[in-house]
Amino acid sequence: MSGDGGGTGAPARGWPLYEVFVRGKRGLNHVHVGSLHAPDADMALRNARDLYTRRNEGVSIWVVPAEAITASSPDEKDPFFAPAGDKVYRHPTFYAIPDDVPHL
Amino acid sequence: MTEQNPSDQGISPQDQRDQRGQQGRHDQQDQHALAALEQRFARTIAADHRIEPRDWMPDAYRRTLIRQIAQHAHSEIIGMQPEGNWISRAPSLRRKAILLAKVQDEAGHGLYLYAATETLGADRADLTRKLIEGRQRYSSIFNYPTLTFADVGVIGWLVDGAAICNQVPLCRTSYGPYARAMIRICKEESFHQRQGYELLLTMMSGTEQQRRMVQEATDRWWWPALMMFGPPDADSPNTAQSMAWRIKRDTNDELRQKFVDMTVPQAEKLGVTLPDPELRWNPERGHYDFGTPDWAEFKQVLAGNGPCNAQRLAHRRRAHEDGAWVREAASAYAAKQAARAAARAQTPAAAREQRERAGVA
Repeated sequence: MSGDGGGTGAPARGWPLYEVFVRGKRGLNHVHVGSLHAPDADMALRNARDLYTRRNEGVSIWVVPAEAITASSPDEKDPFFAPAGDKVYRHPTFYAIPDDVPHL
Repeated sequence: MTEQNPSDQGISPQDQRDQRGQQGRHDQQDQHALAALEQRFARTIAADHRIEPRDWMPDAYRRTLIRQIAQHAHSEIIGMQPEGNWISRAPSLRRKAILLAKVQDEAGHGLYLYAATETLGADRADLTRKLIEGRQRYSSIFNYPTLTFADVGVIGWLVDGAAICNQVPLCRTSYGPYARAMIRICKEESFHQRQGYELLLTMMSGTEQQRRMVQEATDRWWWPALMMFGPPDADSPNTAQSMAWRIKRDTNDELRQKFVDMTVPQAEKLGVTLPDPELRWNPERGHYDFGTPDWAEFKQVLAGNGPCNAQRLAHRRRAHEDGAWVREAASAYAAKQAARAAARAQTPAAAREQRERAGVA
């Protein structure tokens, strides 16, 4: 991935890509909102504020170098998640309880 | 895909036949694998699920998306200029602050969209280069001038109104990052349209001269706004494929009709006349009938011969060149900070601190 250059100003390789996560309000998880290029993490944080929180969308921001993220492969999606596929007994609805048992 | 890497020397005709056979089997395997990928892609689209960046997708789907999203991003960036023209001359601090916020939003929209193209393997620097070299397009609408402050209001009302008509269905487009960018953009466009309409309402309650300015601006922007939906369906060769891929959800003519139906009552409320003698309600269709935009003019503007094409590109090129020192300074500062951090990490004190921290952990 390349940065802001367009031929002049930024290094030929471009600025690194950062993924941006925003906590919408206290009590919520940080959620991925998008990405941006920046010369370093501090600038990435400032730019993320201007780009992704112009309307009070967040109370906290994380920026993570995109190359630091390890992701599961979409090609292996089915086998990778297969272990959870056949374990219906992990869900509360698996268990039949008489209707007249309270608070369960 | 071949396991061996044979040179031609020393291979008997029999060996070559064997290898050809093996190559043929590999090709067949590749074709089976490709067919499976294509089927999975088609199933995802048919189920109205989203395609995500690391999913397999046909090359033509990827190319179409990059072209469309880049064009959209360029439009947001070039679209800052017609209104930016009025920031320094806005009639009040309130209007100036609103206009600044709106133009800043357009820059943000451009960035969301460039980021979406990068998830497809495009490179923003490369797209910027293609824009300033005139090798990629942006919406024809931004090649018209903003002659009075009423144009700022009419752009918000008609141009952003047409953009919203185009963009709301794109919130459900089949490519995930594009759809998510459009959701953010649509939320913000709503402010753009409302501030424009409110500006026009204010001017319409002003002097006779202000009312005339609003009418003149409406006359100038109405037809170019209708052209924003693209050529008629009969002349839009890419529409069918884009609809099949669910990149597009509605045809150009459907969206144009929707925009006209939405806008006519707004014009009546505002007290302006839309400059189309053929415009009238058709009770049988349940829609407004309207005249035909001047498609020859549309083609001329797309070909680079609109009133402001050269000015818009020259300005974008100059802004890019003028920003070079900022990008250089930011890179140099980041490099200096990184070097200092590395040097600090090598001092005895830092090494001690690291050991202590490790101990605590």
